[in-house]
Amino acid sequence: MGARRGGPPALYAPRARLALMDWFPLFNSLRVAGISTAITFFAGIFIAHCVTFAPRSVKGALDCALTLPMVLPPTVVGFFLLKTIGPFGPIGSVVLEAFGFKMTMTWYSAIFATTIVTFPLMYRTVRGAYEAFDETLVYSGQTLGLSDAFIFWRVKMPNCKQGILAGTVLAFARALGEYGATTMVTGYIPGRTATISTTVYQLWREGNDASAYKWVGVNLVISFAVLVSVNMLESSYKRPRRSAAAGVDG
Amino acid sequence: MSLSVRIKKNFGTFSLDVNFDAPDGVTGLLGASGCGKSMTLKCVAGVVTPDEGRIVSDGRVLFDSAEGINLPPRRRRVGLLFQNYALFPNMTVERNVMSALSVRGGKNTRARFAELAEKFYIRGLENHYPANLSGGQQQRVALARIMASEPSVLMLDEPLSALDSYLRWQVEGELASTLEEFGGTTLYVSHNRDEVYRLCGGVCVMNRGRAEPLRAVSDLFESPNTLASSLLSGCKNYSRAERAGGSLVRAVDWNVELECGCEATDDLAYVGVRAHYISLADEDEEDAPNVFRCRVIRVIQDVFHTIVNVVPLGAPSDRGCSRIRVEMSRGESRGIGVGDVISVKVKPSDVMPLKK
Repeated sequence: MGARRGGPPALYAPRARLALMDWFPLFNSLRVAGISTAITFFAGIFIAHCVTFAPRSVKGALDCALTLPMVLPPTVVGFFLLKTIGPFGPIGSVVLEAFGFKMTMTWYSAIFATTIVTFPLMYRTVRGAYEAFDETLVYSGQTLGLSDAFIFWRVKMPNCKQGILAGTVLAFARALGEYGATTMVTGYIPGRTATISTTVYQLWREGNDASAYKWVGVNLVISFAVLVSVNMLESSYKRPRRSAAAGVDG
Repeated sequence: MSLSVRIKKNFGTFSLDVNFDAPDGVTGLLGASGCGKSMTLKCVAGVVTPDEGRIVSDGRVLFDSAEGINLPPRRRRVGLLFQNYALFPNMTVERNVMSALSVRGGKNTRARFAELAEKFYIRGLENHYPANLSGGQQQRVALARIMASEPSVLMLDEPLSALDSYLRWQVEGELASTLEEFGGTTLYVSHNRDEVYRLCGGVCVMNRGRAEPLRAVSDLFESPNTLASSLLSGCKNYSRAERAGGSLVRAVDWNVELECGCEATDDLAYVGVRAHYISLADEDEEDAPNVFRCRVIRVIQDVFHTIVNVVPLGAPSDRGCSRIRVEMSRGESRGIGVGDVISVKVKPSDVMPLKK
């Protein structure tokens, strides 16, 4: 991290230029995206599981409520978040009073924002995988006497693996690129709350196009890698599973 | 050893009301698609809960709505072979079978697996995934897995319908010996009368969620007594009917009076005649009973014989039930063309009076 310094000679060597770049936004973005993806991973799987077995009447309402953050403008999500976890909000004020720390304008504030924005992506992808899953596999497991835990972890999860992984990667990518809600609850504090997306905005505002381009490049590389991995997951999903032993005849 | 099923379940547009006692051996549940056959099996297996009723297997109560008993599927010891076999796609053949063996526990699971692999001809396939197996192999693995769980009742849901027709015959043979060896109560669901005839001892015809009383297979095919069972037993010709005194019935859709071998009863609603029991009448038989003149509507060449569709002269319509299908050899059908009028006859013992 650290502020930008260094004399002119070093700046001309590309390697030195990279070293001198302030990498904090990348580190912070990865940290926020990693933690929020971990949260949405478990929450998404669990809640998708609950909704799949919910009665039909409740299902529709729950589905709408859980998908809402995906279609709302991120600034609206940010606004609601500020009103809840801000220093005067119902949750924020209680936490501030009881534990003495603020929930907004810190690096971890971004986790709240990105978790809410990315949750629907995870939830919907996992639910899609659950609905595509052949329920007769569960029935046959039950009639064979297998335990529910065995059926869930050893039959259902492995067969929904691709959907779950794709959801996780998408959620991670979205978390990495989240701007609207994040900027509202974290602001932009260099070296403390800056993320890649807020940094690009800030650099552009300052007219520092050269630095903005660098971060745009970093962002492109990450997004490209994510999309490639999603595509690879999808194609491996379509391919039938091959046996270890070759030469099977029917 | 037997299985007694009395269940009711309402699905809104469709309701299931099934009553039967299946003895040891193979009992067929024969019915058209969507008549509730598979749902009945799911209720017995416990993956679907009926609204009310009682299911008893070998004296063990599996479900009783009055007493509040509803054993979970894993404690029912009911093996269910699904139409798509429901092998776990993420596991090899060996792990599929071992998963069921490990539930039973004991130290000899490896030996038991080897025994099952031998018996179901799956040796050499242990490390294959289900997607790489043929339909017949998948079925053998699924049966081995079910037998590994040592069920006391075996249920098969359309076990041959997912197979190509050339494989079906071979797999049916294997299945027949497996069922024979199992010996316990087996329910065999199918919409195919030939399979049921060959594999089952008793049969229960299901029609729109209702099960007709259990009867011997030969009995059903020789004298189906309801419209649904006659259709399922392969009868192609039927007409609405009313009594015309004594053993005489009037076939309304054909506008002919037919002599049937027995006294017609009050609940007579239809009359059926199998296509291959109708034959051409000779000229000197014109005035004999059960001989009537028809106009030929279509002549269809089938693989080994000829199908001639006719409509009796004087029939109220020339479509639907008024059409009669007559099957004859190539030689007999020579010279018969569309528009011709021919005389056909049916023996009184081949006329089947049917209830609704």
